[in-house]
Amino acid sequence: MELRVRALESILVEKGYVDPAALDVLIETYETKVGPHNGAQVVAKAWSDPAYRDWLRRDATAAIVSLGYAGRQGEHMVAVENTPDTHNMVVCTLCSCYPWPVLGLPPVWYKSAAYRSRAVIDPRGVLKDFGVTLPADKQIKLWDSTAEVRYLVIPERPPGTEGWSEERLAKLVTRDSMIGTGLARNPDEVSP
Amino acid sequence: MNGAADMGGMMGFGPVQPEPEHVRFHAAWEKRVLAMTLAMGATGQWNIDQSRSARESLPPPQYLAKSYYEIWLAGLERLMAERGLVSAEEIEAGRVLAPPKQLPRILKAEAVPAVLAKGGPTERETTQPARFKIGDRVRAKNMHPAGHTRLPRYVRGHVGIVELLHGMHVFPDASARGEAEQPQWLYTVRFAARELWGEAADPTLSVSVDAWDSYLEAA
Repeated sequence: MELRVRALESILVEKGYVDPAALDVLIETYETKVGPHNGAQVVAKAWSDPAYRDWLRRDATAAIVSLGYAGRQGEHMVAVENTPDTHNMVVCTLCSCYPWPVLGLPPVWYKSAAYRSRAVIDPRGVLKDFGVTLPADKQIKLWDSTAEVRYLVIPERPPGTEGWSEERLAKLVTRDSMIGTGLARNPDEVSP
Repeated sequence: MNGAADMGGMMGFGPVQPEPEHVRFHAAWEKRVLAMTLAMGATGQWNIDQSRSARESLPPPQYLAKSYYEIWLAGLERLMAERGLVSAEEIEAGRVLAPPKQLPRILKAEAVPAVLAKGGPTERETTQPARFKIGDRVRAKNMHPAGHTRLPRYVRGHVGIVELLHGMHVFPDASARGEAEQPQWLYTVRFAARELWGEAADPTLSVSVDAWDSYLEAA
């Protein structure tokens, strides 16, 4: 593959279709700048600021843009909030739709046949693969992103975090907790 | 089309393999395929639905045997060959054999941040009232189009409840054929797992899909 891809790139560059520097910028953007730390800011703000949380529930696209996270694969956002009764989980069974501006590129498993096939029929089995067990009576809402709407899960705020700053709260927010295949970290799992 | 990409409910792929957050790629070439796909997409020679269709309509044995970025590469090669940008012979030879086509737009490095920030919104002006409202019962049509569609097989023929309205969006089935956008109302429809998967399904589970107006009928 390595050779085939390198040859294709040299063809595209020689034909003048791509600027090799643009390829480097694209990769650098998604390797270093855009990632789940963006989404963690959104969640931490929603946890700390009720007005922001309401805005996020009403118009997630605008609320997220207000923090500077916008654009490709996040044009139409919906935030879904976990509660004591309901757990939300997101999949794209057809391809790999994922909210890039807030979570970055999807993890390899998110794009895998194993996840795409099973999430909609056996989410508790999938959660077990992630070491997560939910109460048997908890409702599970699966969101299959079949259009250009992108879903962000707002995990439950862990107990024992009263009075924490947004910056400190953001450390509790994992990528998987914003997809719904994980939960937010407990306070004792992060340094103070 | 009823292709291999429509995976919801299939079995036998084994457990999901979680990875740490910093792992985004499994090989260096995958990064170049991602970047080439984004950069060529920005030349405007095809739209996102044509791009998805090129990947998802791979013959099932190929689709299932390829890794994710191998599928992307195959899709990119196909899109470029169909438009006479890079021929199959050039890809096999690994070098340029024919002069380039003139492209009106090339993505330059300095333009990347603005292009990514702009994205490609698919919502269009609302030109007609929505046929359904939140709470309405709707049935996903039992339809099997030979071309691109975004209605997964596992909901077809089943009844759900309209949960969200998203305005009018570009209709991918038409857009993938290179036709006009033909925007339609887009809804989120929620299905009980027992409706989809039968009596043995998890009674606590519901599955919601985003569905365009013409995928649905009143129920």
